[in-house]
Parts: sequence; structure tokens; C-alpha cells
Amino acid sequence: MPKPVDVSTPSDREIRVARLFDAPAKLVWDCHTKPELIRRWMLGPPGWSMPVCEVDLRVGGAYRYRWRSDADGTEFGSSGIHTEIAPFERIVTTERMEGFDGEAVNTLVFEEADGRTTATITMLFASKEARDGALQSGMSDGMAMGYDRMDDILAELAAA
Amino acid sequence: MSYEQQLDATFAALADPTRRAILARLASGEASVHELAEPFSMSQPAISKHLKVLERAGLIRRGRDAQRRPARIEAKPLREANMWIERYRELWEANYARLDNLLEELKAKED
Repeated sequence: MPKPVDVSTPSDREIRVARLFDAPAKLVWDCHTKPELIRRWMLGPPGWSMPVCEVDLRVGGAYRYRWRSDADGTEFGSSGIHTEIAPFERIVTTERMEGFDGEAVNTLVFEEADGRTTATITMLFASKEARDGALQSGMSDGMAMGYDRMDDILAELAAA
Repeated sequence: MSYEQQLDATFAALADPTRRAILARLASGEASVHELAEPFSMSQPAISKHLKVLERAGLIRRGRDAQRRPARIEAKPLREANMWIERYRELWEANYARLDNLLEELKAKED
């Protein structure tokens, strides 16, 4: 069974995504910071690959990601700078996404307990419009949504 | 309200944890201000204020009964907002399912 991903909007400029992994913080950290590992999972919807994944893991160092749709060659990129690095615990980065105005600040926190690790990403956008644009990008492949999960969703919103 | 304005109002109303908790409570049935004030340990005026924000956002309706004016949840605007969040969550779920597999592989190598 996949573990639930908790998505919440703590303020009108933020999105927060949290997920528990059955692995120690060091491994989860490696998967978020080593290009050869990142490009094996950070791929988005099915049918996309990650031809560019560069990470200079130093404060002031840049990262650059680029995705490509195998179906029609559409590309999408994202890049930024590391502004804070606390190994195995916390990374703060700036992010600019192609096609979106303004810069976001992403705070990624790893919390380990009993050999399992919760990774929480909080994305702070320049404006509410930018936040909503990022949320809407999740709609891009136009998949129909089931409306039958109201109770679950409300319970998650309440717990957030 | 336009579709965009409706979404703005929905997200603004949902940004507050107390209002999310009130909605979760109303999902299991209507309640009066008095009935909501107790479990949230808040004054009735404070609850009323939150209900006004939720009502303006179209997330709840208030009953006509002058005494109780029970609050009831309105499903449609929440569905619109949740549709975004739900699709966004699906993207992350796909990524994290792959990450689970990768972590299993890395753990096996370390053993």
C-alpha cells in the first residue's frame, strides 16, 4: 500500500507536501541531493524523463532540472540556488520555474524517528497567483477527478 | 462570483486551521454556533466570525431557524479547490512511489 502524501495550503502563498518514508534520513537525503538518484524518481507524470539534473550542493551553489515528455518532446525546466544546507536535516533553495513569474523559496525538512523519515517540503511563492499557478500545473494532463473522497479530504484538511 | 474569485475565496477561507476544523466537523452533520463553540473551546462570537468567512466563501450555508441558524457544508466550492489539490497530490504520489522503490534498493545494498 502506498503511504499517503499530505498536501496542504498553510497560507495563501504556500503549498506544503509531507510524506513518510521507510528509510533513515541519510538515504532519503541522498535521494533528494544526488543527481544520479534524483533522476530515478523525480519524474512527475508517467511518460516523462529528466535529461538534465545538475546539483552543486553548497550554500550559493546552483541546481538545474529539466524534464521532457517522451510522447511529444515538450520540455519544462526549473532551477535555483541552495541558500541553507544542514546535512540530513534541512535544505532551503530558491526556485524559478519556466513559464511562471517570480521566485519561490522551498524548505525541505527531514525528520527521522525509529528508522523512518518524514520529508516535508514547504514552498513559499512570490504571490498567491504564483501559488495557484503551481497548484494548477498539477491539472495539466487534464485527467478526470473523482468527487467521491470528500470525507477523506476534509479529514486531511482538518489534520493539516 | 467568477470561477477565479470563488477559488480565491475558497483558498483564503481554507488557509485557517480553525476553519478547516470547523468544516471537518460540519462534514459529519450540521451544527449551531453553540454546538461548535464547545469542542473548539472558543467563544461564540469567535466561531461566528469564522462562520461568516466560510459563508462568504460559499463553503457553508446557514439555516433559516432564527434561534439556531445551523451551519451546513456546501460541497461544490470545496470540490473545485480539492480538484487542484488532489491532482497535485497525485503527481507527488507517483514520484514518491518511485522513491520508495529506490530506497528499498539502496537499503538492500547497505545491508
